[in-house]
Formats: sequence, structure tokens, C-alpha cells
Amino acid sequence: MLEVRDLSVSFGAVRALRGVSFTAEPGAVTAVLGANGAGKTTLLRTISGLVKPKDGAILFDGTELIGHSVEGVARMGVSHVPEGRGVIEELTVEENLRLATLWCLPRRQRAASIDQVLELFPRLQAFRHRQASMLSGGERQMLVLGRALVSRPRLLLLDEPSLGLAPLITAQLMGLLREQTEGTDMTVVLVEQNARSALSVSHHAVILNLGQVVVSDDAATVAADDALRHHYLGF
Amino acid sequence: MSLFWDYTLNGVASGMIYAALALALVLSYRATKIINFAQGAAGMLTTFIAFSLLTRGWSYWPAFVAVLLIGFAIGAATEFILIRPLQGKSELNPVIVTVGLLVVFEGLAGAIYGNASRGFPPAFSQSGLRFGNTTIDFSHFDLFILCAVLAMMLALLVLFRFTALGLRMRASAFSREIARLLGVRVGLLLTLGWGLAGIAGSLAGLLVAPTSAFGPYYMNLILVYGFTAAVIGGLESPVGALVGGLITGLCISYVGGYLGSGVEPAGALVLLIAALMVRPEGIFSRPPARRV
Amino acid sequence: MTGLAGRTRTLRLHRQPLLRHLACALVAGAILYWVTDHLSAYNDYQVGEIASYVVVLVGLSLLTGSSGQFSLGNGAFMAVGAYTMALFMTHTGTNFILELAAAAGVAAVVGVLLGIPATRLSGPYLAGMTLLFALAVPSIADKWPATFGGDQGLTVAPPTAPGSLSAEQWLTDIQIIGALVVMVLVANLMWSRYGRAFRAVRDDEIAASLAGIHVARTKVMAFAISAACAGLGGALLSLSTGVVNTGAFPLTLSISLLAAMVIGGAGTLIGMVWGGILLVYMPQWSTSLSSDFNLGTGAAAYLATIIFGGVLILAMLAAPNGIQGFLRWLWVYGRSRLRERRRPTAPLAAAAGD
Repeated sequence: MLEVRDLSVSFGAVRALRGVSFTAEPGAVTAVLGANGAGKTTLLRTISGLVKPKDGAILFDGTELIGHSVEGVARMGVSHVPEGRGVIEELTVEENLRLATLWCLPRRQRAASIDQVLELFPRLQAFRHRQASMLSGGERQMLVLGRALVSRPRLLLLDEPSLGLAPLITAQLMGLLREQTEGTDMTVVLVEQNARSALSVSHHAVILNLGQVVVSDDAATVAADDALRHHYLGF
Repeated sequence: MSLFWDYTLNGVASGMIYAALALALVLSYRATKIINFAQGAAGMLTTFIAFSLLTRGWSYWPAFVAVLLIGFAIGAATEFILIRPLQGKSELNPVIVTVGLLVVFEGLAGAIYGNASRGFPPAFSQSGLRFGNTTIDFSHFDLFILCAVLAMMLALLVLFRFTALGLRMRASAFSREIARLLGVRVGLLLTLGWGLAGIAGSLAGLLVAPTSAFGPYYMNLILVYGFTAAVIGGLESPVGALVGGLITGLCISYVGGYLGSGVEPAGALVLLIAALMVRPEGIFSRPPARRV
Repeated sequence: MTGLAGRTRTLRLHRQPLLRHLACALVAGAILYWVTDHLSAYNDYQVGEIASYVVVLVGLSLLTGSSGQFSLGNGAFMAVGAYTMALFMTHTGTNFILELAAAAGVAAVVGVLLGIPATRLSGPYLAGMTLLFALAVPSIADKWPATFGGDQGLTVAPPTAPGSLSAEQWLTDIQIIGALVVMVLVANLMWSRYGRAFRAVRDDEIAASLAGIHVARTKVMAFAISAACAGLGGALLSLSTGVVNTGAFPLTLSISLLAAMVIGGAGTLIGMVWGGILLVYMPQWSTSLSSDFNLGTGAAAYLATIIFGGVLILAMLAAPNGIQGFLRWLWVYGRSRLRERRRPTAPLAAAAGD
């Protein structure tokens, strides 16, 4: 379980996050929504250690994440798929996946894990030994999602996975996400601009506005509240 | 016509040395996007240490290996102590730091060993190889140079393409942040990259020493020739270092041969300027990747 | 004042850069003249050396600090200037001023030739190219010993001293005048639109070209000016030793120049005086340091280079803006602290009012 307490982040004079607090349960998808500049990406980057906060605490299963290096946080079972996906283009699809297994799986198990992930994304099989630069947007998203899952993370952070993707692929990916989460003890935090599709697969929703939490409630409740949706989410 | 072949063989041998230094520059550049101007001087310093060991009675091969390891240590220490604190700040600061280090190494060597040029014993005979009745202008030692540099390149190739460590190093070089998010200890690998570069630099120093008067400044020209080779081949490409080294070696050999010795640096300057005007990113450069 | 029909130009010194610079130069010149009059010949010699180095450093400061281009080759430009003057002196008997001008001019031309490919290069590439240049120039001089005097080099001498001035003082005065002239010219340049162009190009080339600045031309100009300064300084400096040979312009010289510029404060002018002082006194300090530690005489020369390199590294890690930058920081910091102390803080006043 992820517990964010009173988190504050500043970039010089700009206060990106102010006293943000919420919890994300295991086996569930928690959506973090809000307009551009609300602080959603900063939130994820602070959890994974790329950004150092000014104040506050981030507890994952009781362990404080703040103060660890980025690779240290990753090795605690946190997989962050950043904004922009982060496909390493110069490596092959297989190498991208294998990279994620290096710290957590012994050599014997790596190939099997990669095979499992490729079964989730059959379209990637054809590109297995080709350079990742040849993949389309949707295929890249599959790759980074697969790369995040192959290390069997306990906390999965996704930053705008639907960006630039056709609605059909987005729906497929979201469905897959929900499948992979339910019944496991993986905690998922999903940052999305596309609030509609995010709300359809999440269990809990947090809305950020100007760096502060304004709503923290069941996803269904938020989706049903028209006024809320119009005001903060634009639909 | 036989002069041409002599110059060619000569150029290949010296080209391999430039390739070794170019490889050192490529390795540290790939890791940290910094050109280590002190690389030649570090190679000089380790060669002086080898000289000390030899005069103390060490035999050649143990001294050779020991000095390569010392080169590794110096390279790794340079990254950790001097370059790491400067990451992310102005582009010029690391350049100035490595230039300062160049001078410090030269000063140290001069202060400890004095200015007099010495002779460094070659590992193999420097007389020409004989095929039947003909002797060509390519000595046993030149063959050793060729084999040593090719062996090192092969070893690095195997490391990068086929090992987990190599995969991590490549990922760290291509995309540092993503590699960190995937649990890769990037800092350690950068240090390792510079350490490997240090080995290549030490090798270059050891290979040059027998063929020239060996004093504190002898690696300066090798550094700039290696730089030229790396630029020609592409600063991020080990294969480019090899190709660039051969091209540079041949050019310099022809310039020295046909235009007289002493103008090689000027010839190299013209070559470098030409390369920078025609194709500054080098022969084997990767086109800039778009991140989606 | 404004508001009148025409524009009245008030003679306010702090708004007229040219006059301000000239005034400073005149005052400094007078002081220095008086000082050199009273110093021993040896100290005069050193002051003159400092002045010559200042000429070179000012050009380097303009190139690297203000226009953001890097050069490890200014020692070689010094050689170009010195050899040009020597050749003019040996083969023609022209006016001394013309010889100095030729030194600066030829160096400037070479600077243009090197500056043109340099426009396409950034930091480390430019460093590498200028490094190669620094090694190539001495090799050309060595190649043709007949023309360039080989190991012995060529001899140079300043024009005879007028009246009662001693030869040493006369030479020092020439070098100081050279330094002051160059400083005034460069200071004016830095205040002019060319100076703004340099800084614009340094900060953001794309933005500068969008603003209508011809980036390549600006960069080449900076290169040429820096080369001219180095050539002039090299010529002036060679008058102190009386001889021009390749041994006087090793790679270490270019790196020491860089160190002196960085430590003095890149981009400043006064900082270059600190740099010149450093260059002239460093060999002495290291010699006395090495004798304190009982190192051999050979070690002394190398100790100077070790210290230069070490200080360069430390400066980059700890104080990238050099001495002048530190002094400026002190000045700004001190003023802001003084201001804080004079004004009572608002919350206190509010609390007092409650």
C-alpha cells in the first residue's frame, strides 16, 4: 500500500505540490487526474525519486521512499513508466525487456519472464529482435508497460499512457491494466489526462488542482458527479 | 612504390595506437558526454610507472598488466572525484577540469621522473618481419600493436553485446534516467566506463613508448591524433574509433613521408578541420533519436 | 535633461563608457608610471611581463567569457605574433608601432582562418581543435629553422629609450601602455553592440540569430580579436626576453593562460590583472615552495604546472567565477545584507502595531 503524506515540492519559486496526501490500495488502480500543470507528473517523479521533495513523507508498505536513489527505489519493487514512455530506441525490444529483469531475476528465469510478457503483447513478438525505434506509438506503450511488468513490481506508476494513442489501443491497454491488477497485490497509480478512460478502469480517484488534492474518492462516485467532472476534468 | 607501402604499413601501425586512444575517448564520452583531455597524460603517467617497475626488476608482462590495472584505477577515480560533481552544470567546466588534470599529470611525471627523455624497452623485436627473402617495414612489435588493439576491441565488443553488464552500460549511455528507473546503478557504470577508458589509454601509452623518445609530453600529440580519429569515426562509436584511427594514421604517415617529418601536426590539423567541416558527427554516428 | 526641444547630452561619467574607460586608463597609467619610476629594474621587468600577459588574457576573456568559445591555442597565437614582429624586425626596419600592429594583424588573420571552422564547433570539439593548433604551430616553426631561427630563435629589441629613461623602464612603459590601450578598446567593445552580440551568441545561438545577429560572423570576430590580443601580447612579452623561439610557447603556456583567465575571472577585465599577476609570480612562488620542501631544481618548474592544474581543477569545482567573480559576489552580497539591516522587517512592525 502506498501512503503519501503532506508532500510538498518546489522548483525554485514555483510550488508544484502543496501538502498532497492520499493512499493507494494494493490490487487496485488509483487514478490521479487533473488539468495540465496540476502536479500529476511531479507527483510520480517524486515517488520514484527523480525529484526531491521539500517536505512530507512517502511510505510504501511502511518503508519511507524519500531519500533513496532512483535506482534504489526501483529495486524496492517500484516501476515508473514516465511521461514520454522512455523506450530505449537503440536497444532491441528484447534488450529493453531484459534490462528490467537484470536486477531482480536470476539468469535462468529471465527468458521465461520475457516470454510471459510477450504473450500479453503478441504484436511485439514480431519485433522481438528488432530495434525499438521501429515501433509505433501504440507498440512502444506496450513495450514500456511490458517492461514495467516483467520485474513483477509491487508499485506501478504510469504517467499518461494514453498520450498520442488511438482510442482502441487505449481501451485495450486500460483493460489489460485492470486485468493485471485485480487479484494481485500490486498497487497501481495511474496519471491521466484522459480522465474518462482512466475512471473506467480505476477503483479510486484523486484529483489534483494547482498542486493540491481537491478530491479523493471512489472512482465510480467521481465519474457520476457531473459538477465535479465539468469543473476539474473538462467533461 | 615501395616507399608507399612502407608509409602505408607505418600508418597502419601508428593508426592502431591512435585507435586505442580514440577508443578511450569514445568510452568516456559515451558514458558521460565529456572528452577526457587528460587521457593521453594518464597513459603517459602509467607508462612511467611501468618504466619504474621494469627498472626495479619486474619482467615485462606482469608490469604490462599491472599498469593497465592502474590505468583503470586512475580513470575510475577521475570520473568519481572530478567529473561526477560537475554533471549537469556548464558544458565547459568538465573540459577545463580535464585540461587541468592533463597539466597536473605532466607536472607530476616531470617532478618525479625529470625531463630527460628515456628509452622504453619494446615487448617484441622492432626489426621488420621477414617473409622468405623480403623484409617489410612492419616489425614484430608493430604486429603486437595490431593484435593488442584488436584484442581489446574484440573484448569490448563481447562485453557490450553479449553480457548483462554490457547491456546495462549501453542502456546507461543511451538513456540515463530510464536506466535508473529500471534499477540500473548508473553511477557505478559510468565509473566503470571511465575505468575501461583508462585501460585503453594505458595501452596506447605502452604501445607508443618504445617507438618515440619518451618524456612527460610524449602523449600530447597522440592525444590530439586520437581525438582526430575519434571525431572522424564518431565520438560514440568504438568501431568508428578503429576506422578513424586507421584513416588518421595513414594520413599522418603519408604527410610525414611525402612532405617531410615535422609537419605531421599541421597535417592532422588540416585533416581535423576537414572532417569537422564535412561531417562533424563522424562516420559511424547514430542519428539523433526521437523519444516517443 | 529630457523635455527640452532637442536632446541634451549631459556629461555624466557613469553614462559615457568611452570617457569613463579613458579616464580610468589615464589615472591607472599615471599611477603606474610613478610606480615603475620608483621600482627596481627587476620589478619593472615583472610589471611589464604582467602587462603583456594582461593583453593576452583580455583577448582570451573576451573569447571564452563573453562569447563562450573555448581556446586552448592562444599560446600559439602569441607565437604567431611574436614571430611576425621578429621577422619584421629582422628583415625590415620599419616603425616599431607598425611592427606591433603587424604582429596583431597577422595573428588576427590566422585567427580568422581558425575561427571559420570553429563556428561549427562547440565546447569540447573546439577545445580539441585549438589544442591541435597549439601543437601544430611550433612544429611549423621547427620545420624551417632557416627562416624561424631554429632552436636559437630570432632576436628582438624595443626601440631605444628616449631621454633619461632607463631601458627597462622604457620597455615596461611600452608594455603598460599596450595593456591600457587594449583594455580600453576591449572595454568599449564589450559595451558596444558588438559586445552585446558576443554575449547573446554565448547565451543562446538560436535566439541570437532570430534576433538578427549574424552568429558565425560574430564568433569569427571574437576569435580574430582574441588572436590579435594574443599576438600583440606575445610580441610585447618577447621583448622582455629579447628572443623568440618555439621553446617559449609550449602547450603548457596555453593551458596556463586558461588557468589564469579562469582564476582571475572569465569575462571580466580587472580579473585579467589578477591572472597576469598569477602567471608572473607563480614560477617564483613554486620555486621558493619547492626549496622549502627541499625538492630538486627540476621539480620546481613542474611544481608550478602542478599548482596551475590543481588550482584550475579546484576553481572549476568550487569557484567557477574566479577571483573577480568572488569579489563581485562579495560586493553584491555585502550590499544586500547592508540593506536588510537598515530596513526593519515588516512582520515585526505589524506585530508591534497589534
